[in-house]
Amino acid sequence: MYPSRFRYESPRSINEAIALLQEGGGEAKVLAGGQSLVPLLKLRFAAPELLVDINGLPGLDHHTVDPDGTIRIGALCRHADLERWAVLPARQPTMAAAAPLVADPIVRNRGTLVGSLCHADPQGDWASVVTALGGHVVAQGANGRRSIPVTQFVTGPFQNTLGYDEIAVEAVIPAPKGQAAGGYLKLERRVGDFATAGVAVAVELSGAVVTRAGIALTGVGGSTIDAGDAAQSLAGGQLTGDSIDNAADLAARAAQPRTDHRGSAEYKRQIVRTFVVRILTGVKESTERAA
Amino acid sequence: MTGLYEEIREQPAGDVPVRRVTITVNGAKRTADVEPRLLLAHLLRQGFKLTGTHTGCDTTNCGACTVLFDGRPIKSCTMLAVQADGHEVTTVEGLAGTSELHPIQEGFKDEHGLQCGFCTPGMMLAAKALLDSNPDPSEDEVRWALSGNLCRCTGYQNIVKSVLWAAKKLQSQSTS
Repeated sequence: MYPSRFRYESPRSINEAIALLQEGGGEAKVLAGGQSLVPLLKLRFAAPELLVDINGLPGLDHHTVDPDGTIRIGALCRHADLERWAVLPARQPTMAAAAPLVADPIVRNRGTLVGSLCHADPQGDWASVVTALGGHVVAQGANGRRSIPVTQFVTGPFQNTLGYDEIAVEAVIPAPKGQAAGGYLKLERRVGDFATAGVAVAVELSGAVVTRAGIALTGVGGSTIDAGDAAQSLAGGQLTGDSIDNAADLAARAAQPRTDHRGSAEYKRQIVRTFVVRILTGVKESTERAA
Repeated sequence: MTGLYEEIREQPAGDVPVRRVTITVNGAKRTADVEPRLLLAHLLRQGFKLTGTHTGCDTTNCGACTVLFDGRPIKSCTMLAVQADGHEVTTVEGLAGTSELHPIQEGFKDEHGLQCGFCTPGMMLAAKALLDSNPDPSEDEVRWALSGNLCRCTGYQNIVKSVLWAAKKLQSQSTS
C-alpha cells in the first residue's frame, strides 16, 4: 500500500512549521509519531497535499514534573518514554497504568501521547486517561499559545478543535490536590488490537476522602466518554463498597457501546462496570493499608 | 511486480520534489533519492536490496518489518524513508557478518525458533533491542517484548526459548 503523493517538509523551528501549515491552508497534516497517520495515508483515508514532519523540532520530547506537581508531556514524547518513566507510578498512577497498554511495544517506540489526543480515535487510550485527569492540550499558532481542556479538544471521532495552522505542542496534567490514585484497565483480544473496552479512573485523596474524581471510557461510544456523573458521585466521600458499586453503575450507564465482533453491547457495558469496581477497590484497599 | 521504488526511478513524481536521504544502514552510509511517500521498508528491500526485512501485514500489526531505528525497534512499514534521513537503521543483515551467526540467530537455530521464517527477522531485532537493555530477561519479559510481533507457525514457545538461549550465550560471552 502506498500513500498518495504529498510534499514533505521537515522544519527546524516551530515558527517555520506553523508557517508551512499556513501555506498548506488546511491541506497540510502534522507528522509526529505517525503510528496512526502513516496507516491512514497508506489506506488513503487521509491524502494531505503537504506533510509537516515535526520530529526535527527542538524542545518537544520532554516529560517533566513541575515543582507544584503539574505533569507536562511534549509532542515528541513517545509512549515508551512514559512506560519507562520511573517516577510516573507514584506521581500519576492512572497514566502509569495506561502507558504499557497502548498499542504494542514496537509501536510505543514511535507513537506519542499528544498525537494520540490529536488523532481522537474513540479507541485511543490517552484521550480517556487525560479526560479522567482533567488535563488540557497546549496549541501553538502564529498568534502564540492557547490551552484547551481535553474535553473541548476532542470533539468527536477523529475530530479535534485545533486550527489548521496550529500544532499541539504539549499535554498538561494538573497537579493533584492530595494523593493521586487510580488506574487504567483495557480489554483487548490480543496485544495491539483496538480496545473492546477501556476504563480510566483517577481519584485524588485527602486521607480517605475523595477530593476529586475523574472517570472516562475507551471504545464504548462514538468518541471518548467522560463519565462525569460517575466521577461526581465519588467526590466528597470515602470509598465504600456501596459508593464504588454506585459509581460503576453510573459509568456503565454512561457507556454507549455497540454490538460488534468484539462483543455485545451488554457485555461491554458489563466490562466497564467491572473495571470501575476493580480499579476503585484497589484504591480503597491501598488506602486502608496505608491508614 | 514493480515496487514503488522502481516506479519512482522510471517516472519522477511530477511536482513533488524527490528528496535525497542519507541513512546509516548496518553501519554503512547509504544515499538514495526518494519520493516522500516511499516507506522505509520499501527503500530497504527494493532500493538497498536488503530483503531480510519482510513486509507482512502492511498495516502496523505483524512486526515482520521491524528494524532498529537509532537502536529502538520500529515497524519500517509505518515510517517514511525520508524520516530516516540522518538516522541509523539496523536490519537483520546487520546482526552479524556473512560467515557467522549472532547469538540470537544461533538461538533461533538451536531452539527451533522458526518454521516458515517469515516473522523471524522482526522477532530477532525486537529480541536484540530487549537484550541490549535487559541482558537477563525473564520469560515474561521476553513475551512482553515480543508481543508486537506475530508468528503464525510456532505458537511462540520456541521463539521465547531461543531468546532466553541467546541471553545466556551473550552473558557467558561477556563474562568470559
